[in-house]
Amino acid sequence: MVDTRVVNSSVMERKAEVKNLDFYYGSAKALKSVSMVVWDRRVTALIGPSGCGKTTLLRCFNRMHDLYPGNRYDGEILLDGVNILEKQIDPIEVRMRVSMVFQRPNPFPKSIYENVAYGLRVQGITEKSLLDEKVEKALQGAALWNEAKDRLKEPAYNLSGGQQQRLCIARAIATEPNIVLFDEPTSALDPIATSSIEELMNELKEQVTILIVTHSMQQAARVSDYTAFMYLGEMVEFNETNLLFNKPADQKTQDYVSGRFG
Amino acid sequence: MTAQPLKPSGKDLQFTQKKKARELKERVIEFILFLAAFSCVATTVAIMYILISESVLFFQEVSLVEFLTSKDWSPLFDPPGYGILPLVSGTLTTTAVALSVALPMGLISAIYLSEFANSSVREVVKPILELLAGIPTVVYGYFALLTVIPALQWLYLPIGPFLSNILPNIFPAELAGFNMLGAGLVMGLMITPLISSISEDAMRSVPINLKEGSYATGATRLQTALKVVLPAAASGVIAAFILGVSRAVGETMIVAIAAGLQPTFTFNPLESAATITAFIVQVSLGDLPHGTLEYQTIFAAGLVLVLVTLAFNVIGYFLTKRFRETY
Ligand SMILES: Nc1ncnc2c1ncn2[C@@H]1O[C@H](COP(=O)(O)OP(=O)(O)O)[C@@H](O)[C@H]1O
Ligand SMILES: [Mg+2]
Repeated sequence: MVDTRVVNSSVMERKAEVKNLDFYYGSAKALKSVSMVVWDRRVTALIGPSGCGKTTLLRCFNRMHDLYPGNRYDGEILLDGVNILEKQIDPIEVRMRVSMVFQRPNPFPKSIYENVAYGLRVQGITEKSLLDEKVEKALQGAALWNEAKDRLKEPAYNLSGGQQQRLCIARAIATEPNIVLFDEPTSALDPIATSSIEELMNELKEQVTILIVTHSMQQAARVSDYTAFMYLGEMVEFNETNLLFNKPADQKTQDYVSGRFG
Repeated sequence: MTAQPLKPSGKDLQFTQKKKARELKERVIEFILFLAAFSCVATTVAIMYILISESVLFFQEVSLVEFLTSKDWSPLFDPPGYGILPLVSGTLTTTAVALSVALPMGLISAIYLSEFANSSVREVVKPILELLAGIPTVVYGYFALLTVIPALQWLYLPIGPFLSNILPNIFPAELAGFNMLGAGLVMGLMITPLISSISEDAMRSVPINLKEGSYATGATRLQTALKVVLPAAASGVIAAFILGVSRAVGETMIVAIAAGLQPTFTFNPLESAATITAFIVQVSLGDLPHGTLEYQTIFAAGLVLVLVTLAFNVIGYFLTKRFRETY
């Protein structure tokens, strides 16, 4: 069912590829033989009813599950051809290449500047001018520079919810990752902040590959080039977004996108 | 739904009576709760009243200037000296020694327990730490006197002559059997679990969301603990420190047993000295006639103790306000 046709005339590259991925929380199997492709510099959306495994799949890409005991992967996620689920691969290095934006804005109790510089410092960058440059670039990338440039030393908590989420996006892109994962990034935001984040994603995909979990089909339709529909831990259908919504191949997808369940 | 009758029914009247009964009951409960809360306040006020009124009598005999500047505290001798400084220096020195042990150890064990230890380790270590906090301080006092200080003396023996040659003003040739270092170290050991347990609670209440945000950038456990969890828990950690300071300043038994009881104006932990608390307990044990100046020294010293503790609490209050959690 995995559709990997080329959409544009431009050359499309596979940034990542999931192959027969099973995932277990202890003995509970949360992902069942999931396969999909993540195209370079495209937005890929994961949709499906609550509890179907979207977050679980997303957090495999940066090996977030390694933080907690008892979790187990089976299968492959190839990032630029390398299986990042291999035992000998350090999850910390994976996370430096695959960053993440969470459901609720989670800025650190630090200044705006230090929030963006956090990942850079973690990676060992200490040179002030380089940090300044990368922080500015990231804030510009997250469309926050104009609002924040005069208050870089202020605590991040002084920002509004939408600004905080854009700050978290700046933090996630500052290290120039290969993929940015978004887990329902607008679910805690008002409609205006939501649409500014969606616009931002459109700009970001010029630079970086995006994988986004969303509970809103409208949002998936608005922001993504590809959409994967998941159900009960399985990948039901994966296709170009407009095809998946307009000509779903699977009856379950058809039912879900037409709002019959979920 | 049918329309309600216009005049109030019997049932409604009964309703009102119940409300009054409930209100009365709640007033009674409120009053009992008030009494409980008030008794704490009243006790505090009463203690302060006694401390201050006895101290006022004391200061009619002794000048405030002498009390605050003289380095001689010998109220029971002839001629008496009424300078509080030796007791303050003893208190501050033992407190400083204790904190230099308790702050780093408490913090490190809190970081370990909240961010590194798995739950089975934590389940074993936490109760043991809390048990440590429950040991009577008199036991700690004798531990200091009979174990720690002899060990320190043994360690000091080979280096003492050498050090005292170079800096005879600071280093004695051999360590006294009572000294502030030993007492302070053990006091630090006693306070460590307190600081650890409060700091750990503060660190564990940092939202998982924030920690994951750090891990997601590729941060290690240590980086996450030091750069995100600790700053986020700052107000709780500072509160733990301040509580530790208050415990150290007010600690009596350990210093009375192991620090020596001679009031000496010194900040050198290698010497023996008396703290405010040690003086109070020492003098209270003798039978001093009420109303004498000697009797009143206890209250003047007690007042200083309360003020020192209060000062640390005020500092702590402003620090915690400054670092209030805002996640
Ligand atoms: N930490 C966990 N431990 C055990 N089971 C979990 C955990 N997190 C999620 N699950 C289970 O895994 C399934 C998928 O959850 P999730 O990926 O969060 O779904 P979604 O993001 O699509 O709503 C659900 O049945 C959920 O109950
Ligand atoms: Mg989810």
